[in-house]
Amino acid sequence: MVGTVPKLQVRGLAISYGGKPALSGVNLEIRENEIFGIIGPANAGKTSFLKSINRMDDFTVGMKVEGSILFEGKDVRDWRNVYALRQRIGVVFPLPVGLPLGIYDNVALAPRLSGIRRRSQLDDIVERCLTRAALWDEVKDRLNSLGSLLSGGQQQRLTIARALSQSPEILMLDEFSIAVDPVTTMRIEDVLRELRQELTIILVTNLVQQARRLADRTAFFLDGSCVEVGDTEDLFMGKVQSSSTTDYITGRFG
Amino acid sequence: MMEGAPNGTSDKDRLTFDWYLDKVVQGLVFLGGISAIVLIVGIFVFITREGLSFAATQLDIIEFFSSPRWRPTSEYRPTYNILAMIAGTASVTGLAMVVAIPFSLGAAIYIAEFATGKTREALKVMVELLAAIPSVVWGFIGLSIMNPLIIELFDVPVGLNILNAGIILGLMAAPIMTSIAEDALKAVPDSYREAAEAMGATRLQVVLKAVLPAAKNGLLGAVLLGVGRGFGETMAVLMATGHSINMPDSIFDSVRALTATIAAELGETAVGSEHYQALFTIGIFLFVITFIINLLADLVVRGVRKG
Repeated sequence: MVGTVPKLQVRGLAISYGGKPALSGVNLEIRENEIFGIIGPANAGKTSFLKSINRMDDFTVGMKVEGSILFEGKDVRDWRNVYALRQRIGVVFPLPVGLPLGIYDNVALAPRLSGIRRRSQLDDIVERCLTRAALWDEVKDRLNSLGSLLSGGQQQRLTIARALSQSPEILMLDEFSIAVDPVTTMRIEDVLRELRQELTIILVTNLVQQARRLADRTAFFLDGSCVEVGDTEDLFMGKVQSSSTTDYITGRFG
Repeated sequence: MMEGAPNGTSDKDRLTFDWYLDKVVQGLVFLGGISAIVLIVGIFVFITREGLSFAATQLDIIEFFSSPRWRPTSEYRPTYNILAMIAGTASVTGLAMVVAIPFSLGAAIYIAEFATGKTREALKVMVELLAAIPSVVWGFIGLSIMNPLIIELFDVPVGLNILNAGIILGLMAAPIMTSIAEDALKAVPDSYREAAEAMGATRLQVVLKAVLPAAKNGLLGAVLLGVGRGFGETMAVLMATGHSINMPDSIFDSVRALTATIAAELGETAVGSEHYQALFTIGIFLFVITFIINLLADLVVRGVRKG
């Protein structure tokens, strides 16, 4: 169940690109084993927020992050071994990225990088991760065919399987259902509900109903700031601090 | 906790072997990158040391660029002025671009946008083979095939001239320009083509309206690299221009290129002599020109990244 132990504490977070602010004044905490939803219209700063958490800002020229992001009490920017940090905080991007490897090798990539060589152990990880991502039945007979040749929805599930393969403690999903059909979306949502037993999930989504179905707590981002954070049911029942939250949820804008 | 790689539980932020390996490799790659800078600075220092003191003290810079008289071996009064050679290099390079740009862009567009399957593969291999032909072979073709052909066709006394060298140089530069231009076209995402095709655009319209605008900077970069190639080429132009100091007034005049002058004369000068230093001054000039062309090409291609 949802714990009360904070997994991530974000304090005074401000993000800017080349001096132009994209997000500012974010204060929130994400608790262990919860699904934390983030909703909001385009350009609200949702993706920038995810980027700052596992230090993908290192890749983005001009992106500046201020404030603190405590991961189990330690600021992510104080991590000396950023690769170890990223192993523990996995991401699934909006458009699936099947690496140009076989399906098996896609999923086995991260375990291999961390030194697992035994075939039986790898087989085990690959099967379990693909099963969790609801993809195993469709691909078990062609594990060696190229991951980049799968359909969009399959590639997205492959990406999720790959993200799970290194046992992250936090899994961040950025609009994962953008290229996935509704049936598959539902199956992945079931998977996420199950995964909550084991890890913490941050779910950025454009579908407010998806946040309602999945998220324990939800944050509403608008125009570069975090308008409010609350229990998802409260937000959807109208117990909000800002009327713009209700406006967005009920589809009056955005 | 669950499947997959074990995480160190006690101190999760420890520096692993992989982390150190990463740093070491980063350092090595950095050295590799820096070595290019060290080399270019080294070359620049070398040629300026050999040529600059002469250029600064004994040379009238304005005359150097504005007089065509290059008479290094004159008993009475040697002169070292390069206008004729600048005209030679510029005219040959200019003609070469007139030849190479339509050929290479046409070939690149055909290979990238129209050819399919085996035709395309065969063409790509051919173009790469063409690019690998040594320049002395091109010079040989200019000397032994183009020369009599031009004499025959145009009824001129000498076939080693701007026309000959321009065509040879154009054919030489075209394969590399084709390769680079094709890369630029291939880098245009297929989704652009699909989006244009979805509106009923013909193949030609797709190329003109969607692909070429998107690849514009890369294509310009290809042309500029061709120009740089033309300026720097030595052996083929030495053999095909006729190598005579001359201010050209028609494409049937023999000329001499800057590079060819250095190649032909440096071996026969005494180290440190005026003539020797004058050749190095030409070297500085070529270096600066090439630097500017490459910088331009780089700035143009960088425009792609900015969008």
